[in-house]
Amino acid sequence: MTAASDAVAWVLLIPICAAATLAALPGYRLTAGINILASLGTLLAALSLFVIERPQPGQYLLIDDLNIVFIVLNTFVGFTTSVFSASYIAHELETGRLTPGYLRFYHAMYQVMMFGMNLAFVSNNIGLMWVAVEIATLTTVLMVGIYRTHAALEAAWKYFILGSVGIALALFGTILVYMAALPVIGEGQDAMVWTVLISRAATFDPALLNVAFIFLLLGYGTKVGLAPLHAWLPDAHAEGPTPISAVLSGLLLNVALYAVLRFKILLAVNPDAISPGPLMVTMGLTSLLFAAFMLYRRRDIKRLFAYSSIEHMGIIVFAFGMGGPLANFAGLLHMVMHSLTKSGIFYAVGHIAQVKGTQRIANIRGLTETHPALGWSLVIGVVAIAGLPPLGIFMSEFLIVSSTFARQPLLAIPLVFGLLLAFGALILRLTSLAFGEPRGNAAPADASYLPMFAHFALVLTAGIYLPGPLVVWFQHVANLLG
Amino acid sequence: MHNLAFDIAHLLAGGLVLISFMMLYQDRLYALLNIFALHAAVLAASVAWQAFIQNAPHLYVTAAIALVFKAIVIPVALHRIIKQLGIHRDIETAVSIGPTMLAGMGLVALSMVLMLRVTGAADPLAREDLAFALSVVLLGLLVMVTRRNAVSQVVGFMSLENGLVLAATGAKGMPLVVEISVAFSILIAFIVIGVFLFRIRERFDTVDVGALDEFRGERR
Repeated sequence: MTAASDAVAWVLLIPICAAATLAALPGYRLTAGINILASLGTLLAALSLFVIERPQPGQYLLIDDLNIVFIVLNTFVGFTTSVFSASYIAHELETGRLTPGYLRFYHAMYQVMMFGMNLAFVSNNIGLMWVAVEIATLTTVLMVGIYRTHAALEAAWKYFILGSVGIALALFGTILVYMAALPVIGEGQDAMVWTVLISRAATFDPALLNVAFIFLLLGYGTKVGLAPLHAWLPDAHAEGPTPISAVLSGLLLNVALYAVLRFKILLAVNPDAISPGPLMVTMGLTSLLFAAFMLYRRRDIKRLFAYSSIEHMGIIVFAFGMGGPLANFAGLLHMVMHSLTKSGIFYAVGHIAQVKGTQRIANIRGLTETHPALGWSLVIGVVAIAGLPPLGIFMSEFLIVSSTFARQPLLAIPLVFGLLLAFGALILRLTSLAFGEPRGNAAPADASYLPMFAHFALVLTAGIYLPGPLVVWFQHVANLLG
Repeated sequence: MHNLAFDIAHLLAGGLVLISFMMLYQDRLYALLNIFALHAAVLAASVAWQAFIQNAPHLYVTAAIALVFKAIVIPVALHRIIKQLGIHRDIETAVSIGPTMLAGMGLVALSMVLMLRVTGAADPLAREDLAFALSVVLLGLLVMVTRRNAVSQVVGFMSLENGLVLAATGAKGMPLVVEISVAFSILIAFIVIGVFLFRIRERFDTVDVGALDEFRGERR
């Protein structure tokens, strides 16, 4: 076994071993510590993928330039969330919303979820990828329902039903891809291996591939939270524990997006298949506009940012749908920036909701006066997510808009309209949340600021200066995406 | 012999679509569960027949799982749950039976037209299998959207999964990984569902999903 395949194995083994350990161990301090350590270990293993030589793609596992970006982002946010989660969960235990038994379950599930997401990224087999996405989905369903309140159960049930239907459609699409590959590659394992599929896809039956892609887009698109299929997303974000909201927005949506992208590349290879671009552009724009309007009517702070996630996933899918080196580059950058910013915001929101004892926007006011650190973090986060300079999201949105203007000026009009609408809604809510007469509990917060600051610092740095090697890497990946 | 093999496979897959239709108009939970058990049993027969004609012994495992787990264990368990909850009365269908049946016919026609058109190159057995499988999947979806009761939504979802298994076994030589994982995920799904039903019982004393809607945070 080489060092390279070792690193891949560690990315998968650490979470699964940690999950087994955490399921058996009692005690809050110990388990939260192990959770952080395991997440850190996974992050280090993922980072080592950059430096060591790549393993040859096998029947099940694959490391290439595209998925390394996703894995490192995934493990990084997974690590910071575990740090945030330690302090968040301590408060939940004090207030009695979580019992020690559920805490054990929570930590174990957290690691299983990380395992599922990492497996989805490294899998070279479309069947295995499907299984991994399903594992990640089921664990998050359980975590969303963990408070066992009326609302939490309803959210989890809705998420479960819609997520399962989505994932069932995705499996049907996967079977159709296999059917398309069957005459060319022949029976057996090879016809599900992504690297084999991509090398032979030019000769697949285009009609079958087209139908397969529709199913895959609808199926995995449900998990991305694209507009007509998004109904589970706001509830799941609002009712679960906040670390899970952060992970859902920052990571799980990316996993599904990654699956869509893989199949988009597959379709792009076949000259006779439909081009997936227009479909993705339409769904992306619909999500953006829909979510932008919905942002105005939100009364719950976590729901507000959940709709903002729908909006941003719409922008990202739009960018990838446009295609071409520039738009793909912008889409990738936007995805990374959104993951970092949105999870940072959820860290802030989690502590705010705990301190104020409510998630209702109307009951939270003047945060910058009562809790300066939390309040100003929220201001920075919302300014970033709304797309103001000099933060990272401004840059990626600017790139998306300008590349759209250059190629399809008509599409740029709804795009810019949607962006401005969302901007207005977020700034409107921000002023009432952060400024004005303080309302609600003013007791000092017992928060862990480090993960939040780390995320915003990264977003700010990326907005001002992107390191050269990173730009080159992203450009390379953007070319891969076609 | 080939023709007979084809005809039997056709018969079983077509039977599955027919049983899916039967689910649409059941307005009692027990009856719905019995029909689902029949659905799973026919699926098991269909998978076993595919295993025989494709000479693929690993498919017998899938057939056995379908028979034991989905045709016996799950219906029995759900029977018990229904009895415990005391909800063996009518199902409240959200849409009445007539329109549902018409919609079902439309969906079957749609999947036939779609699948037969795009799979022209594939071998005829796999083609028709896929068309039937898509019909079963869509009818399962229809069951889910026309019911308001959590148990019947679960049954709808499981019949949808049956359609997926039919599709997976119809695709020749599809690796074992997938079948096992399908079965495995159904298992997990069932555990999740079980946990949910009991929790829902604990909190609401009803499994009507409509009742859950009232607890939405934003409808005030």
